[in-house]
Amino acid sequence: MSNTKNLFDKVWDLHTVKTLESGQDQLLIGLHLIHEVTSPQAFEMLRDRGLTVLFPERTIATVDHIVPTLSQARPFADNLAEEMMTAIEKNCREFGVTLLDVDDSRQGIVHVVGPEQGLTQPGMTIVCGDSHTSTHGAFGSIALGIGTSQVAHVLATQTMALGRPKVRQILVNGELGPGVTAKDITLYVIRKLGVQGGVGYAYEYAGDVFDRMSMEERMTVCNMSIEGGARCGYINPDQTTVDYLKGRPCSPEGAAFDKAAEWWLSLASGPDAKFDDIVEFDAADIEPTVTWGITPAQSVGISETLAPISSYPEDEQTLIKEAFRYMDLKENQPIKGQKIDVAFIGSCTNSRISDLREAAKVVEGRHVSEHVKALVVPGSQLVRKQAMEEGLDKIFTDAGFEWREAGCSMCLAMNPDKLVGNELCASSSNRNFKGRQGSPTGRTLLMSPTMVAAAAINGCVSDVREMLNAVPV
Amino acid sequence: MNKIESITGTCIPLVLDDIDTDRIIPARFLRCVTFEGLGEHAFEDDRQQDPDHPFDKPQYQNASILLGGRNFGCGSSREHAPQSLIRWGINAIIAESYAEIFFGNCTSLGVPAVCASRATLETLNQTIQKNPEQEITVDLLTMKIVCGDQQFDCTLPENARAALTSGTYDFLAQLLKSTDEIKAQAAAVPYFQAFA
Repeated sequence: MSNTKNLFDKVWDLHTVKTLESGQDQLLIGLHLIHEVTSPQAFEMLRDRGLTVLFPERTIATVDHIVPTLSQARPFADNLAEEMMTAIEKNCREFGVTLLDVDDSRQGIVHVVGPEQGLTQPGMTIVCGDSHTSTHGAFGSIALGIGTSQVAHVLATQTMALGRPKVRQILVNGELGPGVTAKDITLYVIRKLGVQGGVGYAYEYAGDVFDRMSMEERMTVCNMSIEGGARCGYINPDQTTVDYLKGRPCSPEGAAFDKAAEWWLSLASGPDAKFDDIVEFDAADIEPTVTWGITPAQSVGISETLAPISSYPEDEQTLIKEAFRYMDLKENQPIKGQKIDVAFIGSCTNSRISDLREAAKVVEGRHVSEHVKALVVPGSQLVRKQAMEEGLDKIFTDAGFEWREAGCSMCLAMNPDKLVGNELCASSSNRNFKGRQGSPTGRTLLMSPTMVAAAAINGCVSDVREMLNAVPV
Repeated sequence: MNKIESITGTCIPLVLDDIDTDRIIPARFLRCVTFEGLGEHAFEDDRQQDPDHPFDKPQYQNASILLGGRNFGCGSSREHAPQSLIRWGINAIIAESYAEIFFGNCTSLGVPAVCASRATLETLNQTIQKNPEQEITVDLLTMKIVCGDQQFDCTLPENARAALTSGTYDFLAQLLKSTDEIKAQAAAVPYFQAFA
């Protein structure tokens, strides 16, 4: 292989079946993940055309978006949700696809389950009818969110038609300050490059900061690539990746694992790899970051105030003005001290065991502010079980958090977990769009799980760094 | 599959930036197993909060071309978003730019999503506000937007343009032709062979 090829190009080339007349590539897909919301119409398309699933063993289904998190007993109280459950169960049965259903101990958010089971591996092309599929890029795979028609294409042919994006390397070097997390880095990058800065690009995250990260931190970073407009994001596989995969249920075993590991490491972009663009940031410039507006790029460091509308370029001012109006926040106000109503720790961005451990450290020995409704929704049943074995559930419930079953929950509120009215929610999720958390006037402040924990305790947006070394009262 | 060479119709203006797919179709309407009935819920929450929302105005009810702003369709990959717009009556979109998954979904559903400059969008917007009956044409062969005696340039990535104008935008038929090549390619990928 040429040394100038980056990982993206190596993996893309390996999976290119042919170039179609339109100029798009027909790309072979290694892992297809499906869930209950974006798959039923795809299976109907197969039925309409009399098609079958070409490689049924390469598609794995789970349920996450609509599952309730108070009780997962069937039938669900919501008839529409129950109908969707019945549909995915029938579809998987009829087309020979493995389903990790609510009664399966491996059920959870699709982007938590894939890595946890060792399904997600370096060098794969991975797709799912969900934009946060970019999460799986943490392993050095090309991981893309797709629409329902494309879900049908992948089911029927294990391929899809796609134009090849350019590749931008995002370098973050240097030392992160204490209390600064993977979430803060990704929010910072989106703030600097904008919500459409990544359009046309795949992002390669590289540099000291990502090299030192755990796999779970890398997943948080890659997860939000889509929020920056990028088609996907990835981090080169290294020993951390190999160690994470060893012994996972779907990882190769024995001699095959060693062979796999050698291949995985060979895919990484080398020192001579070429990129269409390179952007560099200094880790020391990043502080705990909080969104204040209605797009993920509208964020500030915790010690900053909200810049006045007049300080923005003229063509952005309409949107900024609307963000202030919708969020009911004031120009020049600090974000720190802003009263919140709800605290949500969960979502495919930040609901893994390390997220819960870090948040529990902030919460332990303290109590959720009286006026705050706080909940923790683990990303999978296995994360939930692990957390309970470590006693994290007790730390959270003693502090006044609700401890829920696994699912997407209040990230997009397709289940009963919703904001009410214009409640303001400190959330470890990924989108602060208008109405995103289930109330048409609900408001979201995105931040790291430790920052959500701090906000829950104090009842307002807080600087978690002030709590990390302080003795709880 | 029909060749889509041009779309003609009246317009509905919504020239705002960063319109996300949660706004186009709020998540609660995704609790369904078909795309039927999504049209009436397009922009539901925005409409509830804005008595002047274009999607509720009588003069735009027959519009088939949507004017958008920058980064239109950002966020979720939900195909429910373009499906709801199509079911509302939209056949083409003109915007300053698009989020990529949304753009891909539109193309695969046969909805041209062309880009135009902010100046063009503002001119079209003003024209339509004055005369909602004004028909315009998005011509994919010449890549022009024709509005009365005015013409404006627009752009569309060549692979999408080729797929639409040749009637091959539903890629499934093409993909299905390559089953042997797909299997051959899979045999060359180490993990498809379990690293044997």
